[in-house]
Amino acid sequence: MSVQSPISSVNDFVVRFANVNGSGSASANELFARSILRHGVPVSPRNIFPSNIQGLPTWYEVRVTEDGHLGARGGVDMMVAMNPQTWDKDVASIEPGGYLFYDSTKPMPTSKFREDITVIGVPLTAITNSTYTDPRQRQLFKNIIYLGALCALLDLDPKLVEQLIGEQYKGKEKLLSSNVHALHLGRDWALQNLKCPLGLRVKKSDKVGDRIFIEGNSAAALGAVYGGATVCAWYPITPSSSVAEAFTSHCKKYRHDGETGKAKYAIVQGEDELASIGIVIGASWNGARAFTATSGPGISLMTEFIGLSYFAEIPAVIMNIQRAGPSTGMPTRTQQCDVIACAYASHGDTKHVLLFPEDPAEAFEFAAAAFDLAERLQTTIFLMLDLDIGMNHRLCRPLKWDDAKQYDRGKVMTAEMLEEGRDFGRYLDVDGDGIPYRTYPGTHPTKGSYFTRGTSRDRYARYSEEGAVYADNMQRLVRKFETAQDMVPRPLQANAAKPTKYGVLYFGSTSPAMDEAIGILEARGHQLDRMRIRAFPFHSSVASFIADHDFVYVVEQNRDAQLRQLIVNENGIDPVRLVPILHYDGTPITARFIANSIGDHQDHLKVTPLRKAVT
Amino acid sequence: MTYIAKPKFHHPGLKKNELGYTHRDYEGKISTLCAGCGHDSITASIIEACYELSIEPHRVAKISGIGCSSKTPDYFLGNSHGFNSVHGRMPSVLTGANLANRDLIYLGVSGDGDSASIGFGQFAHSIRRAVNMTYIVENNGVYGLTKGQFSATADRGSKSKKGVTNTDNAIDLVAIALQLGATFVARSFSGDKTQLVPLIAAAIRHKGASFIDVISPCIAFNNHAGSTKSFDYVREHNDAVNRLDVLVGREPISVDYAPGTVQVVEQHDGSRLALRKLDADYDPHDRLGAQTFLQKHAAKGQIVTGLLYVDPDAEDLHTHLDTVETPLNTLDEQALCPGSAVLDKINASLR
Repeated sequence: MSVQSPISSVNDFVVRFANVNGSGSASANELFARSILRHGVPVSPRNIFPSNIQGLPTWYEVRVTEDGHLGARGGVDMMVAMNPQTWDKDVASIEPGGYLFYDSTKPMPTSKFREDITVIGVPLTAITNSTYTDPRQRQLFKNIIYLGALCALLDLDPKLVEQLIGEQYKGKEKLLSSNVHALHLGRDWALQNLKCPLGLRVKKSDKVGDRIFIEGNSAAALGAVYGGATVCAWYPITPSSSVAEAFTSHCKKYRHDGETGKAKYAIVQGEDELASIGIVIGASWNGARAFTATSGPGISLMTEFIGLSYFAEIPAVIMNIQRAGPSTGMPTRTQQCDVIACAYASHGDTKHVLLFPEDPAEAFEFAAAAFDLAERLQTTIFLMLDLDIGMNHRLCRPLKWDDAKQYDRGKVMTAEMLEEGRDFGRYLDVDGDGIPYRTYPGTHPTKGSYFTRGTSRDRYARYSEEGAVYADNMQRLVRKFETAQDMVPRPLQANAAKPTKYGVLYFGSTSPAMDEAIGILEARGHQLDRMRIRAFPFHSSVASFIADHDFVYVVEQNRDAQLRQLIVNENGIDPVRLVPILHYDGTPITARFIANSIGDHQDHLKVTPLRKAVT
Repeated sequence: MTYIAKPKFHHPGLKKNELGYTHRDYEGKISTLCAGCGHDSITASIIEACYELSIEPHRVAKISGIGCSSKTPDYFLGNSHGFNSVHGRMPSVLTGANLANRDLIYLGVSGDGDSASIGFGQFAHSIRRAVNMTYIVENNGVYGLTKGQFSATADRGSKSKKGVTNTDNAIDLVAIALQLGATFVARSFSGDKTQLVPLIAAAIRHKGASFIDVISPCIAFNNHAGSTKSFDYVREHNDAVNRLDVLVGREPISVDYAPGTVQVVEQHDGSRLALRKLDADYDPHDRLGAQTFLQKHAAKGQIVTGLLYVDPDAEDLHTHLDTVETPLNTLDEQALCPGSAVLDKINASLR
């Protein structure tokens, strides 16, 4: 048996922290990730947590990636094993040649370790207990002490970590100095007792640039602030709750009247998702920009209202932070599994606009754009995030806003227009784009009022059960959906270095893993043109892209190839031409998975001449 | 039929209110409900109340759920925007509308199926959130549009038209509204316009969650012997605790009741409610007392009507959320968008 040599890698490895939920490890772990960013080295962290508040296992994984691969990589090079409950599995998950960092206060039997990994014991509890007496302090500072030890082991610059701690506890001198003290306790112990640094290390670089580090949910909420949302109604559901919470905190900072201090927004925590969407519909009907944030089960509950929004033509913005379903499914695991549920939400013939941001920067842009689209198209717009983007800090380009931009409030007939004698038919297609004018309640004493209903009505909003009148309206809604096609974000195409017969379609959080996979596949000799779909209805370029290739892989994170189904259904594509690549175990899709799945498929396509094969 | 327009001309001598509107300006389309339906009387009372208060008709937003009662907003205030929304969901739609524009008057019209069955939750939560609205339940204890099934307000022991006896306990929306903190709670009877019109007017002037339960017999499915929501039954068991006059503006209080029996309540907006007390023991400012009074009389089989509770210093949801006085739906980019300079700072804080 050959002796496994320890992994040696600079700025390219994965550290996973195994913690107990509720132990206060989250902030220390985040500090670790941010510290590496301050070295100019990109990181991609992910929370892997159970549906629980306290006591159960939770993991935090940091991919250190000089090359900027922000997707999950798979595999663990260093395990910071702080949870005895998951010890065996955690130790087993370390790559051969990897490292195990643990609290060595209590001796562990050798059977608990592996021979092919490097074991690093730091008596964290002993150090903590000899320094602190308060149990809560012991718990919290233990986390900072292991951070200090890692600082020495991975060759992090302690000044940069101190700087971050300084920013975090600005104005709270006591907390600041005690955290810095704890950091050095751990670092000094490691320097004195261990061989530092390890084969894994961080070296200063310049690969972060001006990028920012933000969670998708927070960015989407900020997009709602910039996009002019004034009403938010929501019901708590993982992984979407932090959207409304972030909106609340952004609004507290940026949305109070300078003179009176009063709020230029209203946030209501509804009694359920039905009430939340009802409030959004009521507010939008009355001319305010309103949104809700939810996840799969919430979408199911909202579907009756979504049908009303479609048929009565009332704007609404729904942010769906997808998680693994069906039913309660895996509420803290990621998937892209509500594509069909949202595209066709509700009874009767319905279709809805979906936006698929790839990261927090797009979540911000698309969230703001969703309000323009909702008011322009007078219908529900879904912002389709998922847990992977929503609840993890992601490195992305800085958020941008053009101060010259004006909100597109859509076709609203004002009192002046009515006074001029303009013909107002609430469901009258005056411009041929399928979009009628609306009036806000209270506009004019005698003109422009109408009765909104979910039942059939004519172009002037008069109740009617005439078949022709109903069909006329349904046809106009189809026209409107066609109009939407050119308003939503276009797909982005990137061609392979050499001409190829094969293409790949993907969307949303698959993006970073896909970018990385393309490189791996190229190295294996597979050339692929790629197109990232950013919205539904699909732009005509999607169909052309498929037509231009022999066949196209469709990579998505659900079991039933939902995006593929939607493409087949909406564009009349022969399903044989679309090869599904599906990842749906609740973990984020990885480049390795994509490259292996596509690579294997491509390898099978290579016809080996028979004669050559037998020789 | 609602698609048949009502003729617009009217008698030139028709009385006008302070704003110069006639009664006709508050009417809507022709009702499609059954002839003699209690709901049409409530429609008439709403028209009357809005006329008397000299409300600009277009400044009212009429919002309803689904059902016979929820169809009625089409039959009054034809120049107002109306919204016949989703079954049981009027309260959330109204809450959202109210948040968007605090300057309009919100009239929520619902039924007993809409509010006590499918929409019981939304009814409860809109009340406890103190949405500034007038929430009227046209209560007939029965599903009319689907032909005669019991609703959750049907009394235990009452008989359906088909002879089935209801064995479930009834929900008393008034008792619930009191418990949930509604700041204006009344019950009335569709056949008693003199009581109902001023109650609606007072509720509209009330700044907070006003709730009126109006018993409104269904002449098609719930007006027979054995029903506890029939015209005859309600008339026999009606126990009115007070009668009301609403006094708006500078008009002096001139009520022709015997001194000592009139109680004047001044509401936040300056309007005064002159209550003619029919029951000397009844105090409309005592929430706890009102609850006890209701239960005692319900046990005796009496239906208590009148203004049961009012808090003249009520607060509403906007007060609780501390929103700006300007309606949110009128705020523009200037008011709402923090701009690129702020965004640059945010970016800097995220590095």
